[in-house]
Amino acid sequence: MNALVSMSGIEKSFAGVPALSQASLEITPGEVHALIGQNGAGKSTMIKVLTGVYRRDGGDVVVSGTQSNIATPREAQESGIATIYQELNLVPLRSVTENVIMGYEPKRLGLFLDWREGNRRTREVLARFGIDIDVTEPLGNFSTAIQQLVAIARAVSLDAKLVIMDEPTSSLDASEVEVLFGVVRELKKQGVSVLYVSHFLDELFQICDRVTTMRDGRTVSTRKVQETTKLEMIADMLGRNKDEIAADGMTDFAGAKAKKGDVLLRAENVTTGPRLTHFDLTLHRGEIVGLGGLLGSGRTEAARALFGVDEANGGEIELHNVLGQPSGPGDAISKQIGFLTEDRKAEGIVPEMSVRENLTLALLPKLARRGQIDFAREREIVEAFISDLGIKIAHMDQPIRELSGGNQQKVLLGRWLATQPDILILDEPTRGVDVGAKREIQSFIRSYVENGFGVILISSEFEELVEGADRIVVMHEGRSVKELTNPGITENILVNALAHHEEGTGSWTAQ
Amino acid sequence: MDRAMKLPRRFASMPIRFHGGIAALIVLLVFNAFFTPNFLQLQTLFVNISQVATIAIVAMGMTLVIATGGIDLSVGAVMALAGALAPLIFLSDLGVANPAFGVALAIILPLIIAGLCGVFNGVMVAVLNVQPIIATLILFISGRGIAQVLTNGNLQTFSNPSFSYLGTGKILGLPFQGWLALVIACILFWVISRTTWGRYLLAIGGNERAAYLSGGPVKRVKIGAYVICAVLAGLAGLIVVAINSASDAARNGNLMELDAIAAAVVGGALLQGGRAPIFGAILGAVIIQLVKYTLLANGVEDEVALIAKAVIIILAVWMQQYRRA
Repeated sequence: MNALVSMSGIEKSFAGVPALSQASLEITPGEVHALIGQNGAGKSTMIKVLTGVYRRDGGDVVVSGTQSNIATPREAQESGIATIYQELNLVPLRSVTENVIMGYEPKRLGLFLDWREGNRRTREVLARFGIDIDVTEPLGNFSTAIQQLVAIARAVSLDAKLVIMDEPTSSLDASEVEVLFGVVRELKKQGVSVLYVSHFLDELFQICDRVTTMRDGRTVSTRKVQETTKLEMIADMLGRNKDEIAADGMTDFAGAKAKKGDVLLRAENVTTGPRLTHFDLTLHRGEIVGLGGLLGSGRTEAARALFGVDEANGGEIELHNVLGQPSGPGDAISKQIGFLTEDRKAEGIVPEMSVRENLTLALLPKLARRGQIDFAREREIVEAFISDLGIKIAHMDQPIRELSGGNQQKVLLGRWLATQPDILILDEPTRGVDVGAKREIQSFIRSYVENGFGVILISSEFEELVEGADRIVVMHEGRSVKELTNPGITENILVNALAHHEEGTGSWTAQ
Repeated sequence: MDRAMKLPRRFASMPIRFHGGIAALIVLLVFNAFFTPNFLQLQTLFVNISQVATIAIVAMGMTLVIATGGIDLSVGAVMALAGALAPLIFLSDLGVANPAFGVALAIILPLIIAGLCGVFNGVMVAVLNVQPIIATLILFISGRGIAQVLTNGNLQTFSNPSFSYLGTGKILGLPFQGWLALVIACILFWVISRTTWGRYLLAIGGNERAAYLSGGPVKRVKIGAYVICAVLAGLAGLIVVAINSASDAARNGNLMELDAIAAAVVGGALLQGGRAPIFGAILGAVIIQLVKYTLLANGVEDEVALIAKAVIIILAVWMQQYRRA
């Protein structure tokens, strides 16, 4: 069968950093095609290239057999490609009809809106999906699911040949998901193709025909859903051979294991909301405990709960044998906790400030006497960390934004090491840093723990977890589901623990 | 020793817009020296200092608020409010009976009320997460109204030499309020560069999320910035009343928010926050005052002066954009 959309050899870079290289994607008419991959794998970039949001640097896009030069979203729509974004681009205060016919309003005498015709058309389109609602009511009165369906209906009414759905089920409940799946099957029946982007692998087995996996900007595989397994998909996403056992020291974590000391932190059945529903963890002195899990499994939410960013509405957190969750970051820091966040740019650096000011930001209360900063001590401390961590800079008053990612990350690590926390939570500490800096950061973490402190390590890189952590708490959909203990953990065991649980829960809404 | 090494570097890395501001100032001075009659007279200096002090004082407070990424539209209204209160207090029976106490109270109480206005603004912005421009619009509208209600909309004239010292006094031959602005600038400069509060202020403006996650008391610092801004506005309101020996709630501080924002921006404050150039604010205030004076002294109408001010703001913003690009 001829492909409806065929993308091949796609290249796209942002400021010299490649986001896509030799990526490809092929969708046949009437097919439900899944696109999966970890964060940053290039899924969104791929979609945006297809829909004309980004201009590709190289490669071919063929739509319905002709070379496509879609340059704007409007042109994409006109050539039959409709996108349903995660954040719906509809107008909640206007009626359902207005939202469906927006931009393509039926006119009377070429000037006046023909409301009756508009309403009729809208009802007809919705009826095709078995939805019967009052189309004159404001869209915002309906549930997210209905709104999403209206967005889809709008797309179909514009004669879409391909509907792109980006994480369509992320804000739906179980029954709403069923309605959505019904719509997807209906689209398929009508010969409309669907490109389905989702983190929830279970869903793919229910509605998708084929699945394309991306990793690091490349297309790794395209498989028939019926002929693959979840383990295979995960292996593709992570770039692991599912049969291979790689246990030889690929990180700088391996080495002397410190002895376990007293309990620093105990969390039991902690709940903060739908993204974190049941979290158990015990951390001893001299120990690195890893949090393993796929994206959205609640790893970061767990860290935020321990640091007092998200208020716990259930369960117990005990620090140094004293019950009680920190009331906020300031309180957590005074209780000897540090939290190196995942998003360096949004939550880490203050770009306009100097390396010195960034490094001492969390230490300020301890650096001050009656509110006045002790500059001599500040310089001394910063000096020490710059040389200990091997931060490469011209001088400590250089703005941090001028540093490379790896050096910025070292400064932020220094920010937390400087406060000498008993418990250091590290969320993706080596993401986006070069190999050299990565190894250095890993060895600092190990030596820090050897001094009798405790570290909670969150990482999407399995080798980092497997080799770095003394224990790994496996998380799945907001719950801690399993604990693995080193020595003896291999990447395979970890991948299996993740995948096995994926299969075990059956449904994606384990709430 | 360390400091000696540090200073030249500081100077070398001094932002380009600061040089730009100084260049603009020199151009203005040279132009006036040649074309404005009697410009190089002490009297001219006095007039300009006494005029610029109020703009500078308000602009410094505005600079702190802008450093958090906010804006305060209510400064002019707070000036009117504080200015309306002062004569009411020292002209009251109590104030007339105890003149010294009356004047002291006439300064302190309006400043406290102004501070409360700042608390209101700060809480709206930092706790209730209202957009700064909307939050401060409330007092922008109602503050002047309250001031006019308090005075029944009348012009209050008075003769009180000790209160008037605020606006007409001289130290070493120079206007008192000029010295006052200078002292405030030094204190604020010290606060911003030497204290944890100042460090947090800049961190919050630079990346509020990062400051919060590093344990910064975001709400407290933000409220503090609005309070300082409002108190300084109140002080400026008192000075204006003292200069005129009259309080006119309808005119005191009228359009001051625009002058203060303009001075702060010309002085190098970034509207997205993260920078608090206090002496820049003074420089900005001086430039704006000099432009006003230049046009006035050369017989250009006031309305045209407004256009000139707009041009300055455009230039300042353009320079900021240009620098970042």
